[in-house]
Amino acid sequence: MPTTTTKSAFWAGIRDSAPFIFVAGPFAMLFGVLATEAGLSIFEVMSFSLVVIAGAAQFTALQLMREEAPTVIVLISALAVNLRVAMYSAALTPYLGRAPLWKRAIAAYLLVDQSYALSHAKFESEPALTLQQRLAYYFGTCALVMVIWFGCSYLGAALGTSLPQDLPLDFALPIAFLSMVAPMLRTLPHLIAAAVAIVVSLIAVNIPYSLGLIVAGLAGMMAGAQAELVMQRRQT
Amino acid sequence: MMDPSAIDKGTLWFIIFGLGMGSFLLRFTFLGFVGDRPLPAWLLRHLRYTAVAILPALVGPLVVFSGEGGSTDPTRLIAAAVTATVGVWTKNVLAAIGSGTATLFALLYLVG
Repeated sequence: MPTTTTKSAFWAGIRDSAPFIFVAGPFAMLFGVLATEAGLSIFEVMSFSLVVIAGAAQFTALQLMREEAPTVIVLISALAVNLRVAMYSAALTPYLGRAPLWKRAIAAYLLVDQSYALSHAKFESEPALTLQQRLAYYFGTCALVMVIWFGCSYLGAALGTSLPQDLPLDFALPIAFLSMVAPMLRTLPHLIAAAVAIVVSLIAVNIPYSLGLIVAGLAGMMAGAQAELVMQRRQT
Repeated sequence: MMDPSAIDKGTLWFIIFGLGMGSFLLRFTFLGFVGDRPLPAWLLRHLRYTAVAILPALVGPLVVFSGEGGSTDPTRLIAAAVTATVGVWTKNVLAAIGSGTATLFALLYLVG
């Protein structure tokens, strides 16, 4: 259905993002629960979710802080997990790059998997959209998901300490990570990158300052990039 | 679960704001500064695999050394395998998390 007005573009964004509340909601809640378990106050949990808005990066930081990794390693690892948003930013620039700086700044702050995926697909399939309509659609895809994100973070934090003690919460984080990363393994190079990263992480587990994680991550990235090159050469 | 007092408050706030600022810069780089100037192909090729390398590298030791004193706990290993397999297979985050959690609870109940 072609989008006609700015207002309807905003609502289309909200409508299209509705299914994602079932992804953002549980992760936000889980973060609230686990962060509270790790000793963070509700105020700290909410600040974390409000300032960072990135599920995987927040979980990474939380896990490494619990392992008492050096602050630099916590920051590097969590930002590396979040590097993909830089690529989203690059992909959206041709469509939103001419907006005023303050609007681009707000758009950047709200840039997450969902807002990128929906908006990029929409802008590509409907090139006739004006800049105003594109911005309206983009902010529409953010609005609902953000309300859910903050709301469920709060819910999880409030719930955190009142959960029964015998729940296997120690393993909630690995399961959350695996369920986030597994659907990203779309191609053989992705699988190779993940496999190499796991093997190296197990070998490098005793390297001090949690540097094993960085070593394993770099090894996985290099393996994925190499695999992609090899496959390209075979195809041509 | 670790001692809740393990996370130092000063460090925590430093990490919250460092991460917030870093994440914003990552998101703003292109929209704000770079415009549509292209990045070198080799860099993009490596960047494509950051998340699928870092996350598994973080999870690997957590799964394999999940038992008492760093031993391997078969129930957690199996639950992790089910989560990953269902996730890769269905590409559905919720199906993966649901099946993994169900497996873990079922195994913990059976083993007692």
